[in-house]
Amino acid sequence: MTPPSLGKDLLGLEKLTAEQIRLVLDTAEPFKEVSERAIKKVPTLRGKTIVNLFFEASTRTRISFEFAQKRLSADTVNISSTGSSVQKGETLVDTARNLEAMRIDMVVMRHPSSGAAKFLAERIRSNVINAGDGQHEHPTQGLLDLLTIRDNFDAIDGLKVCICGDILHSRVARSNIWGLLKLGAEVAVCGPQSLLPRGIEGLGVQVFHRIEQAIEWSDVLNILRLQLERMSAGYIPSLREYYRVFGVTMERLEAAPKDLLILHPGPMNRGVEIDSRVADGPHSVILSQVTNGVAVRMAILYLLAGGEPALAEAAKRTNREGAE
Amino acid sequence: MKPLLLKGGHIVDPSQGYDAVGDLLMAEGRIEALSKGLSAPDGADVLDVTGKVVAPGLVDIHVHLREPGREDAETVATGAHAAAAGGFTSICAMPNTDPVTDNQAAVGFIVKQGEAAEAARVYPIGAISIGQRGEHLAEFGELIHAGAVGVSDDGHPVVSSHLMRTALEYSLTFGIPVADHCEDPTLFEGGAMHEGLVSSRLGLKGIPAAAEEIMVARNIMLAELTGGHAHLLHMSTRGSVELIRRAKDRGINVTAEATPHHFTLTDDACEDYDTNAKMNPPLREQDDVAAVREGLKDGTLDAIATDHAPHHYETKERDFDDAPFGIVGLETALGLGLVELVEGGVLTLPELITRMSTAPARVYDLPAGSLARGAQADVVVFDAAARWTVDPQRFRSKSHNTPFAGRELAGKVEYTIVGGRLVF
Repeated sequence: MTPPSLGKDLLGLEKLTAEQIRLVLDTAEPFKEVSERAIKKVPTLRGKTIVNLFFEASTRTRISFEFAQKRLSADTVNISSTGSSVQKGETLVDTARNLEAMRIDMVVMRHPSSGAAKFLAERIRSNVINAGDGQHEHPTQGLLDLLTIRDNFDAIDGLKVCICGDILHSRVARSNIWGLLKLGAEVAVCGPQSLLPRGIEGLGVQVFHRIEQAIEWSDVLNILRLQLERMSAGYIPSLREYYRVFGVTMERLEAAPKDLLILHPGPMNRGVEIDSRVADGPHSVILSQVTNGVAVRMAILYLLAGGEPALAEAAKRTNREGAE
Repeated sequence: MKPLLLKGGHIVDPSQGYDAVGDLLMAEGRIEALSKGLSAPDGADVLDVTGKVVAPGLVDIHVHLREPGREDAETVATGAHAAAAGGFTSICAMPNTDPVTDNQAAVGFIVKQGEAAEAARVYPIGAISIGQRGEHLAEFGELIHAGAVGVSDDGHPVVSSHLMRTALEYSLTFGIPVADHCEDPTLFEGGAMHEGLVSSRLGLKGIPAAAEEIMVARNIMLAELTGGHAHLLHMSTRGSVELIRRAKDRGINVTAEATPHHFTLTDDACEDYDTNAKMNPPLREQDDVAAVREGLKDGTLDAIATDHAPHHYETKERDFDDAPFGIVGLETALGLGLVELVEGGVLTLPELITRMSTAPARVYDLPAGSLARGAQADVVVFDAAARWTVDPQRFRSKSHNTPFAGRELAGKVEYTIVGGRLVF
């Protein structure tokens, strides 16, 4: 049997098997420790060049990738450009070919169009990591959410996880749905119908239109950021009302039959989708998600670069011992 | 011009209910005779077409020829030759050119380029509104005088119900259809594909079926109000087909068309973000495909029209959101009709010829779609049984944007004859 691998690219969780997802999570475990050291660096990706190509504003995802790359000793270049490349006169395929011509090893890309990462991956030899494509997938976020949930429960299999908020426009929601379903969780979504994708039940998820029902049902809530422009686009009447109807508050959580684990991919709108007391409360693992994000991204970079899963432990150890 | 005799073909002419082996004689650009055992007059060319289908030349009432404006994607001449290669002898060119075909000079230009092409006949459709901006009516009288056969703002919906009403009323003077691209812009906004499970999975903004159906319903009401002839372009949903069926039952002056891709493909074709599956209206669901087929069978949908939309390859070589809508269709329409509809048991061969020739000619009152004595000698000869595989590189069209590359189709076009002269 061939050992599991991720293949050339990481484009989304929909196309990954449960085995591949577990591979990333398991490989992330040893990398967690690297970030806890005084000298947070291993030589694993020394000599590799990685381009972080961001066509959309991003702070935490880009920084998380950069830390992951630097801690693995890769050489990185950041290219940020809001608005699509087409608006700037150069098509994505030209951008990709130019980068390829500079002999890079990997591209981490965020792009406002769904499918853009796949488009790129099919046209260049370098590994492509999707850091968010339109409203499609954000696989590294999905994986770090899975890792964080796994850290807090014995198993993901059988857990009830509800994703709350703007599912329609959320790539985080789609990656979470695929990842959770593949690992055996029961998945629900909750939000106003105007922010739920048509036919979402067809993916095998349950739908709640009332946050109280979602809280009563769930073991885990993953509360999405409500993009403030959704209000001006007419999807919801006001943020004030959203908080009142869909906000995850202490009062609502206290009415639940059990304690819920609270995730949020950030950045949070405190007092809109989540009450500050919940975000800062004892069951919130929002900062653990951020910490895990670096480890998961290190694992993905390592695996795509051809690293042996079994050697991840050794890869970090060799450095500590001063050898290569 | 020498007379031309086609001998021994399987002649299918729905306009006369002819469906039998026979001979067809053309002279002076007209049909001279159609019967068994015709002998060739002196000096006539004779083609033995035994085993082949001989039918009125196909008529495509919805093509985009991109000239003037995007001659890198298509010209009137390359489009007319692509049409001839696909068995079409008459095509109607939509006015969303650059500049827009909204005045008599622009119409005259298309006519002149069409004549120079010496391939399929090219009939311009003029714009409903100046610049297709949906504000002021174009000069229908001058458009028609210059050679336009109808009006449409295709590419854009007529958003204003008042403008659509006025266009339908004004069209009564000229006896032309007003053809609308039925789309509610507020429901459509930003959409890239059909709204359904596939769009939800791919994270692409969906276009609900209601975006089309709302405007279909409106246009039917306005046709009833005015008595004008509303022609509904590229119908794609079950709801639309049912609305039109009811309207026709009530005698409302409405006609409609559907494309080969809407009777063949579903939104599953968008699965891998294939930009050649991005069209407007979008590919819908299996039930919609079934409804379109039923509509073509019972005549709710009068015509098969390709919505031939050439795009230069690099404009489709983009991420899905940024790629333009549309595919080429002239060189695959007959093959899809034969495989999907005739071999698929939906239509008989004469019914397919009705939907691809006789009926579309009637929508715009074109002198086409018949092999009756005295008709223009526009004829297609094809081998209905021959199989071929779609290779876009071999298209006569300048553009190759098709989702059907590599698909096996039936129906090899042997000859396309326009005015008694071989053009393919």
